[in-house]
Amino acid sequence: MYIYDDYDQKIVDQRVAQYRDQTRRYLAGELTDDEFRPLRLQNGLYIQRHAPMLRVAIPYGNLRSDQVRKLAELARKYDKGYVHFTTRQNVQYNWPALENVPEMLAELASVQMHAIQTSGNCIRNTTSDQFAGVAYDEIVDPRPWCEIIRQWSTFHPEFAHLPRKFKIAVNGAQEDRAAVLVHDIGINVKLNAQGQVGFEIYVGGGLGRTPMIGDLIKPWLEPAHLLTYLDAVLRVYNRYGRRDNKYKARIKILVKAMTPEVFAAKVDQEWAYLKNGPQTLTDEEIARNHRFFTAPAYESLPGDDPSFLAAIEASPAFSRWVDRNVFAHKVPGYAAVTLSLKQHGAAPGDATDAQLDAVADLADRFSFGEVRVSHGQNLILADVKESELFALWEEAKRIGFATPNIGLLTDLICCPGGDFCSLANAKSLPVAKSVQERFDNLDFLFDLGEIDINISGCINACGHHHIGHIGILGVDKNNAEFYQITLGGRQGVDAQIGKVIGPSFAQEEMADVMSKIIQVFVDNREGDERFIDTFDRIGIDPFKNKVYEGRPAGRAKKEVEA
Amino acid sequence: MSRIIVDKQIVDCDAPILRANEDGSFPIVPELSEQGLVFVSLPQYLAQKAELTARGDVGVWFAASDEPELLGADAAQLAFIAVEFPAFTDGRGFSIGRLLRERYGFTGQLRAFGDVFKDTLNYLARCGFNAFAVRADKDIEDAVKGIDDFTEFYQSSVGQPQPLFRRR
Ligand code: HEM
Ligand code: SF4
Repeated sequence: MYIYDDYDQKIVDQRVAQYRDQTRRYLAGELTDDEFRPLRLQNGLYIQRHAPMLRVAIPYGNLRSDQVRKLAELARKYDKGYVHFTTRQNVQYNWPALENVPEMLAELASVQMHAIQTSGNCIRNTTSDQFAGVAYDEIVDPRPWCEIIRQWSTFHPEFAHLPRKFKIAVNGAQEDRAAVLVHDIGINVKLNAQGQVGFEIYVGGGLGRTPMIGDLIKPWLEPAHLLTYLDAVLRVYNRYGRRDNKYKARIKILVKAMTPEVFAAKVDQEWAYLKNGPQTLTDEEIARNHRFFTAPAYESLPGDDPSFLAAIEASPAFSRWVDRNVFAHKVPGYAAVTLSLKQHGAAPGDATDAQLDAVADLADRFSFGEVRVSHGQNLILADVKESELFALWEEAKRIGFATPNIGLLTDLICCPGGDFCSLANAKSLPVAKSVQERFDNLDFLFDLGEIDINISGCINACGHHHIGHIGILGVDKNNAEFYQITLGGRQGVDAQIGKVIGPSFAQEEMADVMSKIIQVFVDNREGDERFIDTFDRIGIDPFKNKVYEGRPAGRAKKEVEA
Repeated sequence: MSRIIVDKQIVDCDAPILRANEDGSFPIVPELSEQGLVFVSLPQYLAQKAELTARGDVGVWFAASDEPELLGADAAQLAFIAVEFPAFTDGRGFSIGRLLRERYGFTGQLRAFGDVFKDTLNYLARCGFNAFAVRADKDIEDAVKGIDDFTEFYQSSVGQPQPLFRRR
């Protein structure tokens, strides 16, 4: 993992001092609400329904055990004893007091953490593959590049007040687990035929009100030019992105208005000035960042550990957990484990201080003291010996993080919704809960196979509902909470935006509606087909017909329409 | 007489920003004997360059949407440029500053005016601004300190073209 030197530490320490002063001036009436708002947002502080909400950055989802313990301590000291992990690999506190935030930031800085640019109209935390560095299908480890981007984007003076927020994701594997196609900039790290590293640059993807898949504007960028090219993209956006209407301010709208070809040409024109300038990466800087992400001290193991295989034979429950929550590692004898934060009945992505402390201990004992956060809102121990998986499973069960549901229907992604978020049209957590309750039978869940459900409480799409196989969106109908369903969305290399199935439903109806959708899948499924494959084969109509059965064609019940 | 920050010192300055008349026409530029330094808009400068250069003591002010490309190499001939920030959250002026300094060779005084106060001065300084017309209702003495909120930076910027990775 990246370790701060004195420079990095000084920058976060100065940020704490600056934010302390901003908070003081706000409380003293020297900064108005309108002035303080963008300032606190750039430090991750929202004012929410019940209290402020503080979003802390977890750069590309990587944590050390001491940092996890600090997160737990802050939850105890300044919050109600729990945290929420987000779809952008960050962590949120739902109940801090505004006056305490500078102190929380000072404590975070003591373990090389911060909340810099976790919100606001600036370059946000760069996200990546939760299995970076260990995935069996990895082409290039994206982490050194993420760290290079993190430093470049931190307090970039020119891009501190962009038209809108800006998110960058980096993927280096065959599968895209970083959702690069729905980011403002998505980067695929690739190897060419000569074995040289280079980048594919996509721009203009995003979810929210106007979901769009990014366009490829640079099929091959040499590593040395990464930052000058990003500077060029951001400069074009900073100058020409719309600032008159916040719903049209994302880069995707600019790219679409200019067309991707013209946008790319404009970037190239700008880049011609910047290329080979001082921001050009040096070999030493590239090497320096790679030195932080070398392989840990793996033992040389043959793989297929006999005790592990025997345990799979002996325990069906363990075997099921291995099937779902254990991911193939590129080093023989090791595996990456996903701790499920989707225990049925618990809010997706939540963890208590005690659970966090326990995870830190597990990381120290089983996984070189490191923990990852996935955009699926789970935690990962990336380097566990096969021979220790059984012991880890036993421990994970004890803290409620061993639900064998990764990738299944109940591993759903869900935003905080109306219970916490002041922008919400509808609550999202009760819908998540009703789905988990309805599909509580593990055998059935298992048989259904992989299904992504994503729930957002409003069109901002924090729960990524557009790219769920089943997407659920909270909508407001005459001040009542309703839910619109989309089907057929997907993330990854062939990312697609789901299609709306029809009129929306009331909260009480949702569990039944989900059952009907699943029933159509089960009735039409061929062999072990995944939900999404069945959907692609049969199309949306059978689902529509079933879900709206007995209602006037394609229309919701009277009272639903009211 | 209002006070502004120049090179971290607080000084008096009464140079007016001359804005277009209501009908959109260019305002009359006062004689040098009546008024020393004045700032004319970029369009006015481009339209009346010869007269304005003859007058002397003329600075150019940029609206956030003005393009430094239009001024181009003329920037190097000017002693004063000011850039307007209609809101402190409008970051277009940051790019204008860098382009003027880094691409068009402007070495005179670069002034930020409009919604300018302590919390953006550090960024502004790094984008090449060395003068700040801090909003009248804000404490200018306190604002000066904002210039040094950060003393170490990762990126290349106007004051320190070498990014940290070339220095660490
Ligand atoms: C509770 C306070 C929250 C507020 C007020 C909030 C607000 C917003 C807003 C306004 C947007 C849309 C901005 C735009 O499209 O320009 C957005 C997008 C997003 N939020 Fe949140 N959010 C909150 C919590 C969360 C949480 C908890 C997560 C993760 C579970 C999250 C993840 C995201 C993501 C991934 C997007 C991206 C959509 C895109 O790519 O366009 N947010 N959020
Ligand atoms: S999707 Fe809407 S309701 Fe959910 S967290 Fe984001 S802004 Fe809030």
